[in-house]
Amino acid sequence: MKHTGPGWMIALLASMPAHAAEWTFQPPVTAIARDVGALHAWIMWIILAIFVLVFGVMFYAILRHRRSLGHEARHFHENTTVEILWTLIPLLILIGMAWPVAKVVLAQKDTRNPGLTIKVTGQQWLWQYDYLDHRVGFKSRLATPRTQINNYDGLPIQRSPRYLLEVDEPLVVPVDTKVRILTTSNDVIHSWGVPAFAVKQDAIPGYIRDTWFTATQTGTFRGQCVELCGRDHAFMPVVVKVVSKDEFSRWITQKQAEQQKVASDPNRVWTRAELMQHGEKVYKDNCASCHQENGKGLGPFPALTGSKIATGPITGHLAIVLKGKNAMPAWPSLSNEDIAAVVTYERNALGNKVGDELQPKAVAAARQ
Amino acid sequence: MTHEHPHGDHDTVRGWRRWLYATNHKDIGTLYLCFAGLMFFTGGIMALGIRLELFQPGLQYWQPEFYNQLVTLHGVIMVFGAIMPAFTGLANWMLPLMIGAPDMAFARMNNWSFWLLPPAALLLVISLFVPGGAAAAGWTFYPPLSLQDGMGMDFAIFAIHLLGISSIMGSINIVVTVLNMRAPGMTLLKMPLFAWTSLITAYLLIAVAPVLAGAVTMLLTDRHFDTHFFKAAGGGDPVLFQHIFWFFGHPEVYIMALPAFGIVSQIIPTFTRKPLFGYVSMVYATCAIGIMSFTVWAHHMFSVGMPATAQLFFMFMTMLIAVPTGVKVFNWIATMWEGSMSFETPMLFAIGFVCLFTVGGFSGLVLSIAPIDTQMHDTYYVVAHFHYVLVAGALFSLFGAVYYWLPKWTGYMYSEKLGKLHFWWSMIAFNITFFPMHFLGLAGMPRRIPDYALQFTDFNALATVGSMLFGLAQLLFVYNIVHCVRGGVGKASACPWDGANTLEWQVASPAPHHTWHEPPSEAIVRRGLVAQALENRHE
Repeated sequence: MKHTGPGWMIALLASMPAHAAEWTFQPPVTAIARDVGALHAWIMWIILAIFVLVFGVMFYAILRHRRSLGHEARHFHENTTVEILWTLIPLLILIGMAWPVAKVVLAQKDTRNPGLTIKVTGQQWLWQYDYLDHRVGFKSRLATPRTQINNYDGLPIQRSPRYLLEVDEPLVVPVDTKVRILTTSNDVIHSWGVPAFAVKQDAIPGYIRDTWFTATQTGTFRGQCVELCGRDHAFMPVVVKVVSKDEFSRWITQKQAEQQKVASDPNRVWTRAELMQHGEKVYKDNCASCHQENGKGLGPFPALTGSKIATGPITGHLAIVLKGKNAMPAWPSLSNEDIAAVVTYERNALGNKVGDELQPKAVAAARQ
Repeated sequence: MTHEHPHGDHDTVRGWRRWLYATNHKDIGTLYLCFAGLMFFTGGIMALGIRLELFQPGLQYWQPEFYNQLVTLHGVIMVFGAIMPAFTGLANWMLPLMIGAPDMAFARMNNWSFWLLPPAALLLVISLFVPGGAAAAGWTFYPPLSLQDGMGMDFAIFAIHLLGISSIMGSINIVVTVLNMRAPGMTLLKMPLFAWTSLITAYLLIAVAPVLAGAVTMLLTDRHFDTHFFKAAGGGDPVLFQHIFWFFGHPEVYIMALPAFGIVSQIIPTFTRKPLFGYVSMVYATCAIGIMSFTVWAHHMFSVGMPATAQLFFMFMTMLIAVPTGVKVFNWIATMWEGSMSFETPMLFAIGFVCLFTVGGFSGLVLSIAPIDTQMHDTYYVVAHFHYVLVAGALFSLFGAVYYWLPKWTGYMYSEKLGKLHFWWSMIAFNITFFPMHFLGLAGMPRRIPDYALQFTDFNALATVGSMLFGLAQLLFVYNIVHCVRGGVGKASACPWDGANTLEWQVASPAPHHTWHEPPSEAIVRRGLVAQALENRHE
C-alpha cells in the first residue's frame, strides 16, 4: 500500500528471516503442512501478479487521466470482447489454482491406516488425551502460572519464554508414524490445532471428528485452542512432543505402569495422604475451572470453602459429584479412586477441615 | 416543482414529534444515519477496549469474561447497529430521489422499522449491566457456549429479533419502492446502480433475516424451555446451528458489501466525468453475487469437519465468487480509464475502497482454499480479512456516500480540506491497524483471545496504536459533518459535482422536505440516462 516507503520495506525485509515466527507460517513438519505452505506461496504469487497488473492500470489512470492535467474524458463504454475476456481469464486462473488444491484436500481427509489413534477431548479449559490402543489417558493443562498472566497492577512481569504455550503434560507421539486424532468435547466446542502440522479440527460435543498427521521430525510443537470456548479460551494450549519410536514405546510403557498402579486393586484402602495427594490433582483437573483453585468460587460458581455440601454429610457430597445438580455436571466418568480422592480433598483442604474421608470402595457401592 | 400536497401540515410538525412520528423518507433516512453513527462510535469504543487489552501480553485491563463480552458486542453492534442501518438510511434518503419517487412505498412501516432499532440497541447496551454481563459467545453465538451465558444472551437474542424485524420491513419497503415507484421512462435496466444493489440487498435480507431469527429462537428455547435443538446430550446437534447461522451469515456479508458496490458505482462515474463502463454487466455481476452467496456458507466451517466432497464443493463455489467480484473491480477501473478525474473526498474514499476491498478480496481468495483455511481458520488472518472487507469496504463506501450527498442533505458544502485529511488519516491508520493482523494470523495467533504468546507482541502493539489513530480520525469526520450542517464552507448548488447526472441532483440543495410529488418529466429522466450512457447513444 501507499504508506510502505522503500526504507521501511528494506528494514522489514532484512529483519524477516530472524523474526519468521512473528509473521509467517511455522516451519512445516508434515507433508501436508509443506503442501499448504507451497500452495500459499503459489497463490500469493498469482495474487501479486494480478495486483500489480490491475493496480498498475488503475494508478496509471489516476496519475495521467486527471482533470488537473487537462485530460478530457472519453465517453466510451461497454465492450463485449473485453467483458468476456475479463470473466474468462479469472475463471481460468481459478481453475489453475483449484487443481493442485483439490489433491491436498483429498490427502488431508484421508485418515485411513493410522499407526496410532489418540482421542482428544476438549473441556473448559484443558485437553484430555486418551491413547486408545494403549489404555493410557491424561489431562494437559496450561503450565504458565497465573501470576505471569494477571497484570492488572501494571507492574513489570518476567514471563517465561513459552508464555501461554506450555503445558504440564504434553501429548507425546512417535515420529514418522501416522497419528489419527479423534476429537470430541465434554462441554462446548473447542478446536485442536497445531500449525506446524497444518492440523486443525473442532472438538464438538456429541460428535467424533478425525484428522491426522505424520510428523517427520522430532521436537516440541505448539498450538492453541482456536474456537472461542469461554473465559479461558486463551489459556488452553496444545503442546505435542514428537519423539523417536523407541522413546515413545519406553514412554508409553512407563505411563501404562503408572496408571495401572492407581487402578490396581478396587478394594485397596487408601491412606489419607494418598487420597489428599491424588485428590488435589483430580480437583485441579476437573473442578478448579469453576470452583477455582482456592475453592472460593467465582460469580455464578459457588464456593466449596465452608459450603453446606462440602462440610455436610459425606453421602450428600458424593451424590452431588456422581449425579450433578443444575449447573453442576455429573461426573460418573471419573474413576472410583478419583472421586474418593477428590471428595476427601474437598472436605479437608480449600479451607475445610471436616476430618472424614471416602474410600474407592464406598464410591463403587454408591454407584449401584 | 411547487405543489400543494394533500398532507399539508407535516412540514410544520416540529420538535421531537417530527422525529417520533416521522413518515418522510428524508427524516427517517436522517434518523437511520444518526443512529448508525451513534452505534458506530459505541462499537468503536468497544473495539478500542479490545485493542487496549491486546497492546501488551498479559491481562492489564479487563477480565477475560468482560473481554469476550466486548468482542461479542463489538461485532453485533457494528454489523446490525452501524453498517446495516447506515445502508438502509442511505437507501431511504436517496432511493426516492434517485428514481423520481415522492417517498418510500410504506411510510408508516418505514417509521416503525426505524423505531425498532433504538430499543434493540438499548437491550444490547443494558445487557452489559445485567448479572453475568452481556453475551460473551462471539457475534456468531455458537452453542453450546451461548447456552452457558447469562441473561445477557437473552437480551442479545431479543435485540436480534427486533433488528431482524426492522431489516425485513426496511427491505420490503425498498423492494416495493424500487419496483413500483420509478419515474416514467426509467425501466429497471435504467436505474442508477445504487438502486440495483439496494434492491438485491433487500431481497437477500428478506431471504435470510428470518433464518437468523429462527436460529436464535431455537437458542432461546434451548436455554429456557428445555428443547434440545443444539444440545448433544439431548440428541440435538451443535453443528446444525452453524449451518443455519452461516446460511444467514454469508449472504449477510454481501448485504453489507453490495450497497457499497452501488455507492462506489455512483461516485466513480461522477468524478471521472464518464459513464460507468459496463452498466449491464455490473447489474448481472450483482445478481450473480447475490445468488452465489447462498451456496458458499460452509466455507466458514471447514474446520468443523465435513466430507471431502462437501469441502471441495464449498471451496469451488467460494472461489467462483471471485469472478463477478473481479468483474466489478475491472469495471470501476475501466471507468476511470481515459476519464477526467478529480479527487474530491468522495472519490478518494471510493478509490480507497477499490484498493482495500480488493486486498480483502485477495485474502478471501486465500481463505477459500480449504487446506490453507485450515491453517488460517479462527486466526487473526480472518480478522484482517473481514475488516478489510467491512471497514475499508462497507465503512469507507459509507464515508464516501456521506461526503458525496452531504451537500444535498444540508445545502452546504463540507470542508474539502478536512475531508481529505479524514481520508488520508483513516487510510493510513486503517492499514497500520489491520495489515499486521495478516502476519499475526499466518503466525497462528487465534482470534478472540485477551492474551497472547510473546512472539505476537510487536504486531499487536502496532495494531493497537493504529486503532487509536483510526478512532481519532473519526472525530474529525463528526466535526466535519457538524461544521457542514452549520453552514460549512458555503452554500451548495443543486448539483455541486459537475460530473453527476442522476436525478437527485435535479432537486434543490438542501433537498426540500417533499420532492418528486410529481414525477420528473421524461425529458429530465432521459437527460440523466443519456449522461449515464443508459440510453442508446454509443460513441
